[in-house]
Amino acid sequence: MSQTKREMLLDPLVDNNPITLQVLGVCSALAVTSSLQVAFVMTLAVTFVTAFASMFISILRNQIPGSIRIIVQMVIIASLVILVDQVLKAYAFEISKTLSVFVGLIITNCIVMGRAEAFAMKNPPVASFIDGIGNGLGYGLILMLVGVIRELFGSGSLFGITILETVNNGGWYVPNGLLLLPPSAFFVIGLLIWGFRTWKPNQVEEREYKIQSVEAH
Amino acid sequence: MADTQSKGLIGRFLAASPDSVGKTVFIAVAVCLVASMIVSTAAVSLRPVQEANKKRDKQLNVLQVAGLYEPGQNVAEAFAAFEPQVLDLETGEFTDQFDAASFDDLAAAQDPELSRELDNDPAGIGRQSRYKTVYLLREENGDVDKVILPIRGYGLWSTLYGFIAVEENGNDIFGLQFYQHGETPGLGAEVDNPRWKAQWQDKKLHDDSGELQITVAKTQGPAGPEHHIDALAGATLTSVGVDNLVKFWMGEEGYGPFLKSLQAGEF
Repeated sequence: MSQTKREMLLDPLVDNNPITLQVLGVCSALAVTSSLQVAFVMTLAVTFVTAFASMFISILRNQIPGSIRIIVQMVIIASLVILVDQVLKAYAFEISKTLSVFVGLIITNCIVMGRAEAFAMKNPPVASFIDGIGNGLGYGLILMLVGVIRELFGSGSLFGITILETVNNGGWYVPNGLLLLPPSAFFVIGLLIWGFRTWKPNQVEEREYKIQSVEAH
Repeated sequence: MADTQSKGLIGRFLAASPDSVGKTVFIAVAVCLVASMIVSTAAVSLRPVQEANKKRDKQLNVLQVAGLYEPGQNVAEAFAAFEPQVLDLETGEFTDQFDAASFDDLAAAQDPELSRELDNDPAGIGRQSRYKTVYLLREENGDVDKVILPIRGYGLWSTLYGFIAVEENGNDIFGLQFYQHGETPGLGAEVDNPRWKAQWQDKKLHDDSGELQITVAKTQGPAGPEHHIDALAGATLTSVGVDNLVKFWMGEEGYGPFLKSLQAGEF
């Protein structure tokens, strides 16, 4: 194996981040980042599902028939997601009401499917589990970064605790309403990708086309 | 493959090619069985906790729609301020046939004895229970202050369940809130938006001649601003659904008779 376990865990945070490099899982990152608390629970849910789905799929990897490979992966992922959803409904009811739709959508989250297909089908269980945790945390890191920006400047608070007193509550800060809407996460994630690629230029993709210069006559 | 004999049945099975028909069927069935067992165990064992959460959430919503909720308070204790009553929709009077604290009007809507099939069904609910649990909030001298009425109806994707709080004159709305729905987040789900909900306060159900005039619409109708609720942007069908369900429940087939007797000061 070329990667050490440490690399498997830490690589997805910056060097091989599922959102900024692989550009997967952006849909849910737009939806759940308007408050940090929700983003945090989503991070835990995705990390749990990715890690255990990868592990179970990896255990079965030599037995899974190629013809129904994706379906078997989906059944495992879907069961784990339902499990998470049920636990949230029982122990974090308020959050589950905000998250309910998006928890269900973890099933189709490209990060989970991507790691199952690309990593777990070829690697042993423990490595797959660590890889799943790493990718879940990489996803979570971006979620939290975006969440901090959106919640702090959108509603003047972090984890629901007021940092900047908003005008509506008699303070001085005029919140930026755009940041509470999903499109703003697009801009923030775009800026983050730009930042990451400026910091690590080897992440920049090669151009698919080249502008040809034509000599002026 | 000379040593397959020594591995026994399981060993031979594991060594078989995963792509054989037998193994494909076996893996499919086995994975489904194990997954469904895990899922159903979780669902069944967590149900009591989830039910308790739902009940607490419903009580919380009754408190919120009545404007009594304060963060951090004990919901069950605060909820004791309300007087639950079972209302007979046909007569507009309370009935003591049922125990008001435990009567489930949503379950009653499925019971042919207690409910009827709706011919005219703008709210899209199918069957309506004849009896509904309503919550009264009384002032200190025993007069009715507000009534909290459960309402429901179909939006775009889902049935919206909620409460409407009406003042003691049976005409002024105090608030409206949905506690359960599956509308599109960001569009139809904006029925939960506090700023949208705030519009309902002090709106009037009926005009001076007693006609039901409350309307959720994009533009203000001829009835005047005190009957108009601005529809949700980007959620036409959810808004139409809310419009229909409020009109239905506040009309003759819903709480109409009860609101009339409330207006007449009978409680």
